[in-house]
Amino acid sequence: MNIFVDRTLCDNHGQCAISAPDVFRMNTEGILEYDEVVDDALHNDVEDAIDVCPVQAIFILNEG
Amino acid sequence: MIVVVGGSLGGLRAAEQLRARGYSGPLRVVGDETHLPYNRPPLSKAILAADFSATDAHEQLAFRQRSSVADVDWSLGVRVVASDLANQTVQLDTGEVLAYDGLVVATGLRARRLYISSPTGSRFVVRTLDDALALRARLVPGTRVVVVGAGFIGCEVAATATTLGCDVTVIEGATGPMERSLGRELSQSMRSFLLSRGVRFSSGRRVVGLLTAAANQCGGVTLDDGTELGADLIVEAIGSVPNTDWLAGNDLDLSDGVLCDERMRVAGAAHVVAVGDVARFTDSVLGGLPRRVEHWATAGDTAKVAAATLLADLAGVPAPAATAILPSFWTDLFELRLCGVGTTRAATSVQILEGDLHEPQHGLAVGYLRDDALVAVVTVGLASNRQLHYRTLVIAALV
Repeated sequence: MNIFVDRTLCDNHGQCAISAPDVFRMNTEGILEYDEVVDDALHNDVEDAIDVCPVQAIFILNEG
Repeated sequence: MIVVVGGSLGGLRAAEQLRARGYSGPLRVVGDETHLPYNRPPLSKAILAADFSATDAHEQLAFRQRSSVADVDWSLGVRVVASDLANQTVQLDTGEVLAYDGLVVATGLRARRLYISSPTGSRFVVRTLDDALALRARLVPGTRVVVVGAGFIGCEVAATATTLGCDVTVIEGATGPMERSLGRELSQSMRSFLLSRGVRFSSGRRVVGLLTAAANQCGGVTLDDGTELGADLIVEAIGSVPNTDWLAGNDLDLSDGVLCDERMRVAGAAHVVAVGDVARFTDSVLGGLPRRVEHWATAGDTAKVAAATLLADLAGVPAPAATAILPSFWTDLFELRLCGVGTTRAATSVQILEGDLHEPQHGLAVGYLRDDALVAVVTVGLASNRQLHYRTLVIAALV
């Protein structure tokens, strides 16, 4: 599946990096880095990350 | 049918988690607001400072819902007025009675009001979108604002209103800003910071009366030492009250929210669970007395546990062990973000881990210790990677 983070919304809270650390990471400046193409096995983690994002900036673009 | 009472974040997350755990039966969510679930934290910050129309504001804030809950039956603008848990029914204000197999209590909190009945005009709270939009319309430059209460909401409103050019005084009462959550040391640090940004404080005083301006409009407050503080409007930010009236008469412990076990089962009722800040439950890591947790993340965290428990109980199988819920919160005051992880209130002492209490704007981390063990960390003005670092320290100390 493909992940998209809307950088105009993202506020670098870092909650996604707790829920799905294999996909989302905060770099040494505290800025989000993430994988745009993700194995479907991580689907639940990504859904959790979407849920905990305080600004709802994370989207799954396509599944399967 | 599973009925979820409460149509905000907790109700939505409960519905989603029930679906995620395989429940495919009918789901009905009853909520007293007319809006679909939306995000509340921006109400005291960005929404007060933005010029969206009411419709656009809701569009900005509405939660994207998982596709699994597309078939949920939403009853919005409808209040549950009573319940009979022995007979598994709830009664709506429309007169309708709903029979349920499982019930989720997700009714959250409402703003506590001052016990002074008049005047009624120019008095605001910030709990709902409609509350925030009504207040926003009045926050024009030069407006004199008295904020009663110095918790998170009071401080956030004070910071935002100051940014908008209002003249703001916070009545902080017996304790300092956010002191219950941050402890004395960091509270005083944040007080100095807010003062430096133009927020005024009135300390150690209670509001005992309201001044009347024209035609039933509040014109300020009278404090318990007789001081009168004039204002064009006041914001009542004195905490919140759990919405449990509809559960009365079922022999439950409703003394502060609804008492639950550590798996979010409502104590004394079958097939009833609770989620979010209305639920009083025991910290599965630190133990101690059951308490409510009024943080945004709690809705999602408790929904996972509650959904798993309810479905197991309905199926007559043992409920899975409750996953430990680590409280976390954040607030934004001017350009400073505070992030907390762990249970600060369990601490017996604090330790500065990074930075200087006198200069929180340059980055600060405060550790909260109980018997020398780290139970929480609050960071101020630090990047999220530092916050994540401290989070791992708290987790390491807890296990």
